[in-house]
Amino acid sequence: MNRQVRRVGLALTVMFIALFAIASSIQVVRTESLYQDSRNVRASYETYKTQRGSILVGETEVVTSVAVNDQYRFLRSYDSVLYSAVAGYFSIFTGSSGIERSMNSLLAGQSSAQFFEQINALLDGTPVTGAAIELSLDPAVQRAAWDALGGRKGAVVALDPTTGRILAMVSKPTFDANLMAGHEYDPVNQAYRDYLDDPDKPLVNRAIGGDLYPPGSVFKLVVAAAALESGRYSTTTTFENLDRYRLPGTSTIIQNSSNNTCGEGALVTLEQALIRSCNIPFAMLAVDLGQDRIRAMAELMGFGDQIAIPLSVTPSVYPIGLELSQLALTGFGQFDVRVSPLQMAMTTAAIANQGVIMKPQLVDQVVASNLNVLSKPEPAIFSSPMSRETAGLLTRMMVDSVGYGAATNAAIPQVAVAGKTGTAENGPDDPFTLWFTGFAPAESPRVVVTVVVEDGGGIGQNGTGNQIAAPIAKAVMKAALNR
Amino acid sequence: MSNVSLTQAIPMLLKAVPRSRNFEAVLLFWVAGIHAFALAQIQLAVSQRMSWDMLYYWAPPTISAWILHYVLRKYVLNADGLLLPLAFLLNGLGIAMIYRLDLAEITRGGQDLFAERQVWLSCFAMLIAAIVVRLVRNPLVLRRFPYLAGAAAVVLLLLPAAPVIGRTLNGATLWIAIGDLSFQPGEIAKILLAIFFAGYLVSRKGPLSEIGSRVLGMKIPSAKDLGPILLFWIASIAVLVIQRDLGTSILYFGLFLVMIYTATGRGFYVGIGLVMMVTGALVASRLFGYVGARFDAWLAPFATENYTAQGGSYQLVQGLFGMAHGDVIGAGLGSGFPQLIPLAESDFIFAALGEELGLAGIFAILAIYLLIVYRGLRIANTHQDDFSKLLALGLSFVLGLQVFIVAGGVMGLLPLTGLTTPFLAAGGSALLANWAIIALLMVLSDSSLRRVKE
Repeated sequence: MNRQVRRVGLALTVMFIALFAIASSIQVVRTESLYQDSRNVRASYETYKTQRGSILVGETEVVTSVAVNDQYRFLRSYDSVLYSAVAGYFSIFTGSSGIERSMNSLLAGQSSAQFFEQINALLDGTPVTGAAIELSLDPAVQRAAWDALGGRKGAVVALDPTTGRILAMVSKPTFDANLMAGHEYDPVNQAYRDYLDDPDKPLVNRAIGGDLYPPGSVFKLVVAAAALESGRYSTTTTFENLDRYRLPGTSTIIQNSSNNTCGEGALVTLEQALIRSCNIPFAMLAVDLGQDRIRAMAELMGFGDQIAIPLSVTPSVYPIGLELSQLALTGFGQFDVRVSPLQMAMTTAAIANQGVIMKPQLVDQVVASNLNVLSKPEPAIFSSPMSRETAGLLTRMMVDSVGYGAATNAAIPQVAVAGKTGTAENGPDDPFTLWFTGFAPAESPRVVVTVVVEDGGGIGQNGTGNQIAAPIAKAVMKAALNR
Repeated sequence: MSNVSLTQAIPMLLKAVPRSRNFEAVLLFWVAGIHAFALAQIQLAVSQRMSWDMLYYWAPPTISAWILHYVLRKYVLNADGLLLPLAFLLNGLGIAMIYRLDLAEITRGGQDLFAERQVWLSCFAMLIAAIVVRLVRNPLVLRRFPYLAGAAAVVLLLLPAAPVIGRTLNGATLWIAIGDLSFQPGEIAKILLAIFFAGYLVSRKGPLSEIGSRVLGMKIPSAKDLGPILLFWIASIAVLVIQRDLGTSILYFGLFLVMIYTATGRGFYVGIGLVMMVTGALVASRLFGYVGARFDAWLAPFATENYTAQGGSYQLVQGLFGMAHGDVIGAGLGSGFPQLIPLAESDFIFAALGEELGLAGIFAILAIYLLIVYRGLRIANTHQDDFSKLLALGLSFVLGLQVFIVAGGVMGLLPLTGLTTPFLAAGGSALLANWAIIALLMVLSDSSLRRVKE
């Protein structure tokens, strides 16, 4: 009978090996897919019971977790609406956004970098304490951007072109994250619903997302860079100086914003066309240059890319398969060209930083609760879309644009400011989208500022980029240079 | 010695472990320490402070285990030294997890608490085990009443279907209830069945192992051979129909198959038995909605229609989520979310432990079960008396098979059934039955060694 007993033992062993195998499959192989199943609430529950790390700007904690006496143990507290767009919100009931979302695993102490802290927490039964995120934002620049934008709808981005560090990021209107951090469902849900239903979309960070904007004339920087880089054009290349231009293959007539020719004379140079921001020469240039070169330059600058700063940036769009008439319109940033303010800041940064775009970054460093630095993003090159020479030529033109051209309202005494305005049309009767993008000081740039103002800054089709957006940028640049 | 097969190696390896009551005592100290550590960790994780409450969940079972140890020392000095510490380790781990789920329930404002009851039921079960040891010092007394045991088993199996006292929970008719006391008679029936099979097979071994006529080189069994297996197959189907639970039916049929195979040495029984079992299960899944629903949930647990169905795969999927959350090292006792799994304290305690102790814990728990089973098989292997051999084999196999069916069900390897996780799950009848199995294995191991010494 002992032979049978051994065989029964073997059969049981095989059965248990099957159990070992299926347990390994569930707890090792399939963990990720099971964890991410939308019906699994553990992922979100997990983050509530830890003391989330703080979010810091400079030395100041702008987002903290405060101990409270309820089942969630900690209440998320947001000091100021200045940082709402960047920091985002963190809600038990309605999800999260911003840094709270994109850095969640580190804030919650759940990332693989925090393995030893997790082990410690496991052994003594205390909750894991999350890592603190130190943002690159500069409080003075952020405050200046916030104040300068005032009650208008729009966004401001300021960054250091030599490192890619983002110094200010403002989006208005914004939201109060404290309303969604509460631990009671009804008020939180109500606040969230109200924000969602608001036609002004306060939950959207306009600097990097949302529906994007038509760039208008600020896109001329991309077209001009593509032209100069092609080797077929120089700053002195001339175009026929018309006051009316019929789009190829159509009967549609376009005009310069002055409703006149681009300055005096029968011919106009590329340089003058950019400084005065004339539409007709750029329409002709775009047709002549071809859409492939423009798109190639745009893509080098980041159009179409999934960029994480670490907030995910909605990719900007240069359309494909354009008719000639449409191509002409894209020459001055109309038709279906759509950009994020951050993308325009990156474009400007390429010019400011001698042709090299540094990877934009919102986080200076991540510090664990035991003060270990878990990550510290080093400045990295994003791309090199143009030569140093091209960047120098564009800088000179942008300085002249502020000096005597279309962007005079950005001028700061004693400082060479380089700038480009844009006044983008949305529909025949819709208010304009107003732009300014530029940097200072022109000779050794320390800050790039891009401003976009929606709804014509509240004055319909009467406002221009120079009138509304340039002064905002000026205030932000002054704040950055005064540091 | 040079050519040792795996099946021979395992019992030889286990022989190296000393068996004595002193060894058992040392292990019991360890186990009590593990339990205290688990309870402390739970209190710290859930409420950030330790309280004397934990003594309530620690001391009574520990004292009971020591009483059982004392009884073993007094009556079955040579019994296996690993069985008690291993079973007690699982039992205490179960109490700790149930206590942890209670704390979550209290936080949630709920009233369904189980730990306190489980503590006293564990003590009671260990006391019963001590009584079994005292009464059945010579296991051969059990051989005298095989038919009585068989009849009692049948009555117990039929009780849940009886009017007034029968109870149906989650689709399975496995309980009887008198007032507030509920009982799962099937758990006790499995022991009685093992006793009955052992007694019956020892007396009928000869006729059953006779080889029938050969046709085309195949052994064709005679009607006499097929009689008992057919009879018991029909009985198992009857259990399935009456109790509406596939697991119980497979457990009894599997026990029968393995015992008749061991007694007769004829693989034919296993072969045809497996075919009958699978056929029966498939036919049942077609004929009975409640079995079919379990099959659907098993085959496609993540399909929305099964997930949302009443009695569908919701519980299974939540258990899988929990185990996946546990990962390799687990969330830590008190730090996971096992309270999200329905019936985590009973049917799904395995998943709850998987979440908080991780794959490491699951491996440890399965290894403990396997070790208990191996110790039982070792007793079967070394015992001189055929009845004791069969009984030890049957008891350890039924324990191992039950773990396989339950854990396999929770992890999606098999369709989910109504069986309970031995020693871990909340529930008195299962504790009682499994501790009785441990007691019987102790007695059998002691009698085995006593004979050698005599």
